[in-house]
Amino acid sequence: MTATMLLPAVLAGRAGGARTLHVTGATIAEVLEHVGAEHADLVEVIRGREGLSRYVNVYVNEVDVRGSGGLDTPVAAGDEIAVIPAVAGG
Amino acid sequence: MTTTTAPRVVVPGPLVEPTHDLSREEIARYSRHLLLPEVGLEGQRRLKSARILVVGAGGLGAPILTYLAAAGVGTLGVVDDDVVDASNLQRQVLFGSDDLGRPKVEVTAERLATINPHVEVVAHPVRVDATNALDLFAGYDLVLDGADNFATRYLVNDACVLLGLPYVWGSVFRFEGQVSLFWERYGPQYRDLYSEPPPAGLVPSCAEGGVLGSLCAMIGATMASEALKLVVGAGDPLVGRLLVLDALSMRWRSFPIARQPGTLRVGSLDEWDYVARCDLPQAAPGADDQITPAELRRRLDEPDGARRFALVDVREPFEHELGAIPGSILLPRAQVTTPEGVALLSEFDDVVLYCKSGARSQACLARLRDAGHPGVRSLAGGIDAW
Repeated sequence: MTATMLLPAVLAGRAGGARTLHVTGATIAEVLEHVGAEHADLVEVIRGREGLSRYVNVYVNEVDVRGSGGLDTPVAAGDEIAVIPAVAGG
Repeated sequence: MTTTTAPRVVVPGPLVEPTHDLSREEIARYSRHLLLPEVGLEGQRRLKSARILVVGAGGLGAPILTYLAAAGVGTLGVVDDDVVDASNLQRQVLFGSDDLGRPKVEVTAERLATINPHVEVVAHPVRVDATNALDLFAGYDLVLDGADNFATRYLVNDACVLLGLPYVWGSVFRFEGQVSLFWERYGPQYRDLYSEPPPAGLVPSCAEGGVLGSLCAMIGATMASEALKLVVGAGDPLVGRLLVLDALSMRWRSFPIARQPGTLRVGSLDEWDYVARCDLPQAAPGADDQITPAELRRRLDEPDGARRFALVDVREPFEHELGAIPGSILLPRAQVTTPEGVALLSEFDDVVLYCKSGARSQACLARLRDAGHPGVRSLAGGIDAW
């Protein structure tokens, strides 16, 4: 049972250059735990200091997890988890 | 798979009243707008009556200003304190080779006057800061933010919240862009999307990470479209939605932005230190982390000075080619932090890292310290300060 995590270019370097990860876990917390085993730097940025970062947002099927349970947000097979960081370039 | 769309935000009709009339020449010029039922003669008069401020005459500012001027926005303010640099020309299409070294707002005013002489361009050759933002923004109907740094992003947001102004926000990095329209009266503000800026060094700037020139046009034109829609009252504004473009997969995605409990809503621009909160690393570099340019010069001038420590350029190869500190070796950031890079630098008791401005070298320093290398320092201000 896998979901897909989509990474932006600015964070892909923390996942060995991958823009797409196939991930497992029943919740966002579990997914991040599994991903962190291989890509600790990536998960450090997504989680920040207080569970979920204030400058990186996580969406499951285009729904912000901050409004759907945070780290407890359920993840199902086939779900798409988008990681969107703050960027300021102009 | 469930898909939730953002709630539709209703704003109260057109942003600007149609107080100005059009001349015969203007009616001919804007005929393709006048044919659009959503614009028409009244909408075009609204555009002529509109006062729009664009923060940053850069990669996003160029397409925004070009399209807003061509569309007949009556008054266009431009804020930028920079001059045209050769590295701007790959994407900042308001400028040409002859403009190098000239103030951007000055060139912008000239260019826009040739595109549309009916537009009044107000040049503000300053950097927006907490002392001038409210005065600059007051009197405009709408702000477009195409700045290139987090401090200005948060400042523009807070100033617009305080003044009750809507503002169109966009940002670009490499092949990716983000756009939204923040109007705190009717929806979320920028701090609801990203309540804090990332620590320095985590998200490189375009100067460090690069940006596809034409991506700026895609995001900038989207911002301009939102501005024009808002002025004439057409369609659904982007309030409460974040559009994200990945130009490599050529895919736009839309994410809802909701108001978040506990979001800071400033009461004045004095209560949040924009520069300190956005420009300094989260763990400010300690004195023993940094070496000043003067101290590095002294070390290099010592007999055999360069041989007693490793001076490492952590920028990319093309940046090294353009100019490097004599005696330095090239080891790009991505290689410094590999096990091989750490092992290589472990052979030197004393290592000085440098990059363009000091952000990348400071990040490398943290990684090398974590890896147990105590004798590492970063050149303060990078080669820009050299």
